[in-house]
Amino acid sequence: MNLKTEYMGLSLKNPLVPSASPLSETVDGIRRMQDAGAAAIVMFSIFEEQIQHDEKALDHLLSAGSESFPEAMSYFPDLGEYQVGPNQYIQLIGEAVQAVDIPIIGSLNGVSHEGWIDYAKQIEQAGAKGIELNAYYIPTDPTLNGEQVETMYIDVLKAVKKAVRIPVAIKLSPFFSAMANMATRLDAAGADALVLFNRFYQPDFDLDHLEVVPNLDLSTSAEMRLPLLWIAVLCGKINASMAATTGVHTGEDIAKYLLAGADAVMTTSALLQHGVGHIATLLNELMAWMESKEYESVEQMKGAMSQQSVANPAAFERANYIKALEEYKTQYDA
Amino acid sequence: MSTTRTIIDGNEATAYMAHKINEVCAIYPITPSSNMGEWADQWSSEGRTNIWGTIPDVVELQSEGGASGAVHGALQAGALTTTFTASQGLLLMIPNMHKIAGELTSTVFHVAARSVASQALSIFGDHSDVMATRTTGFALLASCSVQEAMDMALIAQAATLATRVPFVHFFDGFRTSHEVSTVEVIPDEQIRAMMNDEQVLAHRARGLSPERPVVRGTAQNPDVFFQGRETVNSYYLNAPDLVQGVMDQFADVVGRKYKLFDYFGAPDAERIVMLMASGAETAHETVEFLQAQGEKVGVIKVRLYRPFSEKHLLQAIPKTVKAIAVLDRTKEPGANGEPLYKDVVTALAQAAADGTLSTAGMPRIIGGRFGLSSKEFNPGMVKGVLDELKKEQPKNHFTIGIHDDVTHTSLDFDSNFNTEPDEVVRAMFYGLGSDGTVGANKNSIKIIGTETDNFAQGYFVYDSKKAGAQTISHLRFGPAPIHSTYLIQSANFVACHQFVFLLKIDVLKNARAGAVFLLNSPYGTDETWDRIPRPVQEEMIEKNLKFYVIDAYKVAKEAGMGGRVNTIMQTCFFAISGVLPRDEAIEKIKGAIRKTYGRKGEEIVKMNFNAVEQSLANLHEVPLPDRASGTLEMPPAVPPEAPEFVQRVTAEIMARRGDELPVSALPVDGTYPSATTQWERRNISLYVPVWDEDLCIQCGNCSLVCPHAVIRAKKYDAAALTDAPATFKSVPYKGKAVSEGTRYTIQCSPEDCTGCGLCVEVCPAKSKEQAGRKALNMAPKENRFDAECENWAFFKELPDVDRQSLNLAQIKDVQFTRPLFEFSGACAGCGETPYIKMLSQLFGDRAMVANATGCSSIYGGNLPTTPWSCDANGRGPAWSNSLFEDNAEFGFGFRLTVDKHRKYAEELVEKMKDRIGAALADELIHAEQKTEADIAAQRERVAEMKKKIQGLESPEAQQLVSVADQLVKRSIWLLGGDGWAYDIGYGGLDHVLASGRNVNTLVLDTEVYSNTGGQASKATPRAAVAKFAAGGKPTGKKDLGMLAMCYGNIYVAKISIGANPRHALRAFLEAEAYDGPSLIIAYSHCIAHGINLQNGLEQQKRAVQCGYWPLFTYNPDLAKAGKNPLTLTSKDPSIPLKDYAYNEIRYKMLTHSKPKEAEHLIKLAQSDVDSRWAMYKKWAAESQPESLDTKGA
Repeated sequence: MNLKTEYMGLSLKNPLVPSASPLSETVDGIRRMQDAGAAAIVMFSIFEEQIQHDEKALDHLLSAGSESFPEAMSYFPDLGEYQVGPNQYIQLIGEAVQAVDIPIIGSLNGVSHEGWIDYAKQIEQAGAKGIELNAYYIPTDPTLNGEQVETMYIDVLKAVKKAVRIPVAIKLSPFFSAMANMATRLDAAGADALVLFNRFYQPDFDLDHLEVVPNLDLSTSAEMRLPLLWIAVLCGKINASMAATTGVHTGEDIAKYLLAGADAVMTTSALLQHGVGHIATLLNELMAWMESKEYESVEQMKGAMSQQSVANPAAFERANYIKALEEYKTQYDA
Repeated sequence: MSTTRTIIDGNEATAYMAHKINEVCAIYPITPSSNMGEWADQWSSEGRTNIWGTIPDVVELQSEGGASGAVHGALQAGALTTTFTASQGLLLMIPNMHKIAGELTSTVFHVAARSVASQALSIFGDHSDVMATRTTGFALLASCSVQEAMDMALIAQAATLATRVPFVHFFDGFRTSHEVSTVEVIPDEQIRAMMNDEQVLAHRARGLSPERPVVRGTAQNPDVFFQGRETVNSYYLNAPDLVQGVMDQFADVVGRKYKLFDYFGAPDAERIVMLMASGAETAHETVEFLQAQGEKVGVIKVRLYRPFSEKHLLQAIPKTVKAIAVLDRTKEPGANGEPLYKDVVTALAQAAADGTLSTAGMPRIIGGRFGLSSKEFNPGMVKGVLDELKKEQPKNHFTIGIHDDVTHTSLDFDSNFNTEPDEVVRAMFYGLGSDGTVGANKNSIKIIGTETDNFAQGYFVYDSKKAGAQTISHLRFGPAPIHSTYLIQSANFVACHQFVFLLKIDVLKNARAGAVFLLNSPYGTDETWDRIPRPVQEEMIEKNLKFYVIDAYKVAKEAGMGGRVNTIMQTCFFAISGVLPRDEAIEKIKGAIRKTYGRKGEEIVKMNFNAVEQSLANLHEVPLPDRASGTLEMPPAVPPEAPEFVQRVTAEIMARRGDELPVSALPVDGTYPSATTQWERRNISLYVPVWDEDLCIQCGNCSLVCPHAVIRAKKYDAAALTDAPATFKSVPYKGKAVSEGTRYTIQCSPEDCTGCGLCVEVCPAKSKEQAGRKALNMAPKENRFDAECENWAFFKELPDVDRQSLNLAQIKDVQFTRPLFEFSGACAGCGETPYIKMLSQLFGDRAMVANATGCSSIYGGNLPTTPWSCDANGRGPAWSNSLFEDNAEFGFGFRLTVDKHRKYAEELVEKMKDRIGAALADELIHAEQKTEADIAAQRERVAEMKKKIQGLESPEAQQLVSVADQLVKRSIWLLGGDGWAYDIGYGGLDHVLASGRNVNTLVLDTEVYSNTGGQASKATPRAAVAKFAAGGKPTGKKDLGMLAMCYGNIYVAKISIGANPRHALRAFLEAEAYDGPSLIIAYSHCIAHGINLQNGLEQQKRAVQCGYWPLFTYNPDLAKAGKNPLTLTSKDPSIPLKDYAYNEIRYKMLTHSKPKEAEHLIKLAQSDVDSRWAMYKKWAAESQPESLDTKGA
């Protein structure tokens, strides 16, 4: 059985790629994922804002109160060079590249033009085989219109593409008025892959303390419908390859995404829940399913159920919605 | 330009050399020498080797006494060994110094000479410490400058090996230790050439070894001790020539020439001065200036003071000399002259008797004191002394630099006399500690001193506040080496980095005519002039200053730099001072920024670059009008209602005019009035908490945690509101059994608030309509300032709540007790002061406080003002600071006197029973004094008794009156930090606690030596970085509480006001109630933890939640009642240590520098926490085993 796939110009031994998560924070974690069967690793994301914050905090707190009281010119010893900013991240990529054979894909979340370009270059220099732009922007400014927001994405992508030679993927949110059009614009701007979709940071309320708190739940299989829809719709309409992310918990989930047209399938939640060993389980389940359906290769599966391929393309549009409701009724009213 | 030229201070110059030529350094922090140990420790931790290729072992001890013992031991075992110290630290080394010298052991102690505490502690420079070691047998070698500090460090080491006489190498604390200056670094090959390896091997060979055993350190009897003492004579007699030989060798190898007594000036001088250390540089400069004007004057710089070589001295004095003034930077009260003076007199008198004088006759010799505690010593003063020598009857035993209007010792001098060469750029900068002015100036000095051919010098003057501290930087740049070891008198550039200073101090006092004046003004170019006080305007016009304005706050804010205007003002300085071509200067600033900040991250670099660009765009020259038009006058330093002493003395010190106070203005014995911070009103915060009276639940937490006692609560009768200001807030008081019409107010003192925000953080009352809004919210002070000042004034006049009506076991009630510790100069958000304040509220009116040296003694007792206060009856804590190491014993002494006098008073009461009345006498002796009501009743009894016996003539009655107040129970507190309690003072603390006597100990545990800049103590936790533990402390924190509990009869509590204020309160009350020794260890968050102090209380909670700081009390009274004395209050750990520790830079920085080591240490630290928690839990869970005592009951 041939699980090989091409994703963002990289040859992968199978379509399963662990996406950004704390599992990639150590070389050991990365090695264990490779050993369990991962075809490539998307590193955890480096956040430009976080870096700025950390650097400023370090500088501020190390120098607070210094040079102002005659008995204490400072409050800390000078430890020379500090590994701040992207240094530790870049170093980790370098070490990971040495430690494993599978491609390492850097992941980056920037806020400024400079940040995107600087860090992307450094990721490339460290030996990453690709970069995933984690375009994570919440347009809370009411004066920004959709066109402006879309242009920001396009500009960032173009800038990074210009700055590096390695392939660049862009991870998107589903919240565009015209998702298909947006995808083709990114495709035209040179994206080597689209990663669908980013799960937005949606803060929660702490009712005990009446505070807004960050909260991120692990995904469930039910959440894969939205990416599934759009991968199926976009399959064959863009040149960029596509990775599916969100909701992959079983080998069958992988199969669905491949059938929709994904070139790679990413998972995090399942690995955080079940451990790194679950990669092997997922692959085994995928192979078992393929065997049962007599698929010989992943290539054969890719896009088999995309909008272009299915007998009734309208099934992905409004009709599909109506059909789902009807089925729902008949199923339970019978 | 030499490639070896660098810009460093005297401490670094000395440490550089000492680290190169030693194998072992035993260290202990003490200002102003701490940095030498810090440098040595840092270099060793970085793997830097000495010239023999091995990394010196740098070890911190528990005290200077300990360090000297370790030095002695290391020397006896044969290592090249050194230490760095000052002041009291050097005095603690004296016993070992006698031994080391008696054993003819080669070593050099490097001393940043500092005043020894007498009527007061002082961290500043003079020779009283060094002079106290004259009898030890150590050689004393002085450096006059930063360059010399490096040179003499090497010369001393070579000389001690050559002579076998141990050396103290000293230089002036602060003036030299902290002056940054251009220095030619001596390269390794020259150091090697100076070190005689044969002598090094001989030194090692003299070390003890079981391979060739000897004994050293015997005890001797009258038969031989004396002769034994005389055996060393030839070594001392030979030493001066040998030292001169080393200096000559140094001249050959390095190029700089020194003599034991170095003469400079006219070859035919008639009047000369003699002195040691930095003052000699100023004298040298003055002499050259006067010589150029034809005066026959000279100076002898005394370099080797011990062994004192009469021969070399006589050689140095020109034949023409008729009069000599010998200046000592020390005071020996009661002596007929200070040490150097007497030595010179003796030498010349002997020579005269012997007929070996080179001068025509015996010169007239006078002696005087100068420069105590870094008192300014400038050319005008040198000239004053030289002028005195012209007189027929010059004044002997004089002082110079002060006005002594009591015993009239002082000489007059011309304060306008100026010798500063024109080619030197003299720039002064007035800034705040927090705005980064000093750091930026050090940067500028580095740029100019290393990247141009200029020589550079920087000296920095600080005040003693930890929050809102003012700094004045004095920078000189010039084409020749700078020898001006005094403050700038005539500046051609003055920058004022804080507009408010114009209203407080005479910023332009030292500006010369035509100088450039750069002002940071928030008012823009048009409005600024009108905002300047009229006297300042007049001065600007009169001096015809070139005036530049920038709104650096705006630029800093836009660049994301907050309040740090350093880079901006630095850029402006370069842009307009003309020291360097503008473009070149800007490039160099950027280079320096990259160097300084690059290792902390690219973002900081970018931010600063941006600030540089914006500075130039926002800098404007403002032409001066023809005449002053301002309406503002400089307000007085203190309000007119302040007491007379405060007006006359304190206010002058506050306005930086303390130098002008005459001797008669100061108390003779170091006694000062308390409650003076209330007059200082420093206005250092732009924000104040604003009370939302409707949301407030009146819990009292805000006033409890306020480190500065600026937020207070009162309840009072509604009638008191009659004359309340319009904006004064008042609500009905909520509480049980409240009488009708009781009102409640929380009021903040807007002029004393530091803006730390702890009150807002701790406030539990939240708005239901608006998440995040509390009953206290920080708001800009600007719009409400006048109204709040009025409100505070009104609030203060409201009567204090009667203490007897309060239940002090409740926080809600504690808020109504008046803090008798207020408005200290501690860091904004200090973690220590809330505990001290609580102590003052609970027991202040009958407390005696012994305060160990450290942060708490500085914000508690550094002039000009003291936060220790008194209540409406004039009662308050009696406070004193003895030393660092002896505080437990010092406070124990309080207890001895209190007990003795109480006992004596009781005996006298018993004797005078008839006069006093039997019932009253009986009550005076036996009445219980547990509650506030009991205490009040006893006070009334004492007053009644006094009334009865006051007029009696009997000696007994007079005796009784003098001790009668002791019949009121006193509360004795030993207060200090972890450096005292865990390290230097532990032996004494242990002894005092073990004594069983009723003393209370409050340990403000910041887990480092905070006051001296964050050196590790035994309280420092594993995995935290501190100075002297730069790689993360590898060993765990000492469990002081556990050690004390082992005695069984000591009350012990570990508390955290942020985690559990009620527990903290209970511990204070129990400790005081326990009739025996008690120990409270209080978690004190600190700036040296590397946290935003606003989050200090939250961080305290985490410390408890993770189990790192278990809250407990150990009450021996419970054991007596058959119960388990240990009560563990905190719950099982609910978060990992990391969640607490990594909020703090002291832990986090290691993850940025040595991530693997950090990971390793934090795991060990976690297991420390786990095992300690398990142990405490087990102990607390055990029921008290039946003791023999309880069995019989």
